[in-house]
Amino acid sequence: MNILRQVKTLVYKDIVLEWRSKYAINGILLYVVSTVFVCYQAFKSVDTLVWNALFWIIMLFASVNAISRSFTQESQNRQLYYYTLINPRAIILSKIIYNTLVMVLLSVIAYAAYSVTFSNPVSDPLLYTAAVFLGSISFASVFTMVSGISSKAGNNSTLMAILSFPVIIPLLIVLITLSQNALTGAPRFESNNEILVLLAINVITITISLLLFPYLWRD
Amino acid sequence: MRQSWWKILGLVMVAASIVVGFLGPVPALFLLHETIRNVYFHVPMWSAMFALYLISVIYSIRYLSRSRVNDDLMAVEAVNTGIVFCIIGLLTGMQWANITWGDFWPNDPKTNGSAIATLMYLAYLVLRNALEEEQKRAKISAIYNIFAFPIMIVLMYIMPKMTDSLHPGSGGNGTFGDLDMDNQMRPVFYTATIGWILIGVWICTLRYRVRLLENKRNLID
Repeated sequence: MNILRQVKTLVYKDIVLEWRSKYAINGILLYVVSTVFVCYQAFKSVDTLVWNALFWIIMLFASVNAISRSFTQESQNRQLYYYTLINPRAIILSKIIYNTLVMVLLSVIAYAAYSVTFSNPVSDPLLYTAAVFLGSISFASVFTMVSGISSKAGNNSTLMAILSFPVIIPLLIVLITLSQNALTGAPRFESNNEILVLLAINVITITISLLLFPYLWRD
Repeated sequence: MRQSWWKILGLVMVAASIVVGFLGPVPALFLLHETIRNVYFHVPMWSAMFALYLISVIYSIRYLSRSRVNDDLMAVEAVNTGIVFCIIGLLTGMQWANITWGDFWPNDPKTNGSAIATLMYLAYLVLRNALEEEQKRAKISAIYNIFAFPIMIVLMYIMPKMTDSLHPGSGGNGTFGDLDMDNQMRPVFYTATIGWILIGVWICTLRYRVRLLENKRNLID
């Protein structure tokens, strides 16, 4: 079977599985909304710099929580069954795509909840939305591979955090700069550099994930 | 002698760079003054660290393709030695920063980037401790090592170039080479760099050989 068709089937399977239980997605959405509310109760009102930083910190923790379980929700035996059927590259690619979809949904909800509770000071909403979208892809591409590694190491949440935070920091710095540009309404061409770097880091991480995952998967 | 010429060369180069570095002539520059001599010590630490991390990632790739335990031992010892060089690099840098920029830890992207890269390699060591089974530990930590290497390059060499940085060669600053170093300093600097890289590799191979002996002793005949 062609790898793209395998990816399509696997993504579809993940969505159907999630749709049947709705446990994970509802849990993580509730997590985001309650975190936003806790921050609102603690801060009441914030200036734009803190507004931006707080949003990305909420996104960071929510995404670690959402993605860390992507390789543990199915049993070892079923993974072995997949191993006999399909290309490991299809698995990691499908997980990245599925996690990107989850992250986009998550960040839209978080952004909406955040803008309602704290007032929204963004002066270039289109660019900010683009930053949020790029952020979702970046979180998904980095955390998927790291969650694969930590799931092989017993999947404790401390390990997931210490392995993924240093790796995500460069992306987070660029994302915060980009979204700060959107907040202050700087001319769009000033953000070209940041967008290019984000895309480049994403391409690199996805390529390395595709190259390394076959080794990780083989037990 | 035939095998250890590079170790002697490394020693001679480091010794020469220390002697000439402290006694040799340097240009009298505003703000830097005599502290410019630190360039013979601070920068080579980072070169040695980079060389060791590069060796580590090469051996990790070799481990994944051939699955020999020795390759994994070399990879982990290269990281262990590289972290030591990174810490010395941070300390020499902090001292220099305190004198020229007025703060031990100025909020500088290159300083922060190298600290974060160190966290990443410490996480690599923690990951190794979390795994009991040897084969699995070798494989999974090799994967993380290869995954972390390009991020380390982004953190330490690409991000500082994009934003404002106090370090030379970043954020539109000229490099140290064009502005401050004159032709008398250049040979000493290159000698120090190559010498420290050789010394770093030497320490790494020593640790690797100790590891091999320990491994051999633990084997059940």
